[in-house]
Amino acid sequence: MNVKILGTGCANCRRLEGLVKEVASEAGLQLDIEKVTEIPAIMSYGIMHTPGLVIDGELKASGRVPARAEITEWLSPR
Amino acid sequence: MRAPSKPYATARAGGIPVSAGQAGADLPLDPKGTRQRWLGLKIAVAVALWVGAYGQLGRFAGWLTYDVFDLGRHTHLGSSVDFFVTDVPKIFLLLAGIIPVVSVIRSFIPPEKVRKVVAGKGELAGTVLAALLGTVTPFCSCSAVPMFIGFLESGLPLGVTFAFLIASPVVNEVALVMLAGLFGVKIALLYVGLGLVVAIVGGTVIGRLHLESQVEDYVYKIKMGEALTTHLTFEQRLADAVSYTKDILRRVFPWVLGGIVFGAAIHGYAPTAFVAHYAGRGNPLAVPMVVIIAIPLYSNAAGTIPIVQALIQKGLPMGTTLAFMMAITAISTPEMVILRKVIKPKLIAVFITVVTLAIIMIGYVFNAVL
Repeated sequence: MNVKILGTGCANCRRLEGLVKEVASEAGLQLDIEKVTEIPAIMSYGIMHTPGLVIDGELKASGRVPARAEITEWLSPR
Repeated sequence: MRAPSKPYATARAGGIPVSAGQAGADLPLDPKGTRQRWLGLKIAVAVALWVGAYGQLGRFAGWLTYDVFDLGRHTHLGSSVDFFVTDVPKIFLLLAGIIPVVSVIRSFIPPEKVRKVVAGKGELAGTVLAALLGTVTPFCSCSAVPMFIGFLESGLPLGVTFAFLIASPVVNEVALVMLAGLFGVKIALLYVGLGLVVAIVGGTVIGRLHLESQVEDYVYKIKMGEALTTHLTFEQRLADAVSYTKDILRRVFPWVLGGIVFGAAIHGYAPTAFVAHYAGRGNPLAVPMVVIIAIPLYSNAAGTIPIVQALIQKGLPMGTTLAFMMAITAISTPEMVILRKVIKPKLIAVFITVVTLAIIMIGYVFNAVL
C-alpha cells in the first residue's frame, strides 16, 4: 500500500505520520510511506489545509488528523 | 484552575474518541439510533458539567485566594493571585466550551469550499466575505502559504486574498472569548468589528495598488487538483473538535503563562505615572508609538491578553491598548518570513505599511469614541 503524507512539516503532519506508522506496525502492514513536502505537489491534490492523507492515490483526509480507528479502517486490506 | 475545568475535559475528551473508535467496528451490532442516543447523552453530561463548573468559579477563586492563601483583599499580591485563580480558569473554561462549538461549525466551511464561494462574488463583496471567513479560520503558519496560493489559483484578486490573510490571525474565537471574559462582550465585539474593518480596508487598498507582479512567479504556475470532499459524520466532526480543542489549550497555555508573567512585570515594575505619561491620553503620538513597538513582537492573541489587562490597569486608554494587541497579532516576524515564500519584499513592505496605518487609525477612533 502506498501512503502519502501531505504537509510542509507542521506539528499535525508529524502527528499524522506517527499515527500511520503506529497503526501499520500494530497491524503488521508493510507500507510504502512517502512524505510530500513541496507546496505545488501538495496542492495538486486540491487541498489548502495540511495535513493531507493519500492512500493508494486517493485523498482520504485533509486539514485534520483522522482518528486512529479511521486510519485502521483505511489501511485494512479489503 | 484544575478543579473546575477537569470534569468537563474528562467527560468530553475521554468520552467522544471512544465512541468514534467504536464507530467502524461495532457498526453491524450497534444500531445507529443507540449510538446517537449515547452521543447525545455524552454531550448533555459535558454541557451540564461545564455549566456547573462555570457557576462555581467565583466561589472557588475567592476561597483559594482569601481563605487558603489568606491574602488581603486589597493587597497587590492578593489582586494578582485573584487574577490568576479567577481569570485564568475562567479563560480556560470558556475556551474549552467555545472552541469545540466553533470547530464543529468550522468543519462545515473548509477553505477549499470558501475559495469557491468567494470566487463567484464581485470585488467588494468578495473582500467583505473573505474577511468574514478569515475570522472563523484559524491562522496556522503551515496553512498560510497553501491558502494564499489556493485563493489566487481560483482567480481571486490579490486584495480579497489579503483581506483573508489579515482577518485570519487578528480576529479569532480565542481572542473573542478572552476579551469577552475579561473586559465584557461589548469590548470583544468592538475588537472583532475593528479587526474586520482593518482587513477590509487593508485588502481593498492592497487590491487597488495592483501589485500582482510582486507575487512570486511560481505561485501563478501552480495548478490545483480538484479536491474530493470527504464526507464527515457528526461524530467525526465532534471527535476532531475535541482533539483540536485539547491541542489549542495545550498550545495556548504557555503563551498565557508567559503573558501573565509579562503582565505581572508591567503591573509591578512599570510606574503608573511613567506609562500614563508616555502612552496615556496626554500623548497624541501614543497610538503610533505602541503600534510600532508591537509590530516585531510576536504572540498569539491569547498571550497578549494578560499584558493588555495590565496596561489598562496602568491607565492606557482602550483604543491604544487594542491597537497594541492587534499590531502584535496581525504582523509578526515569523509570519512575514512565511509570506516571503510567496510574495516579494516590496509587497511585504506594502502589507506592513497598510495594516499598520489601518491599526493606528482605529486606535485613534477608539480612543475618541470610548
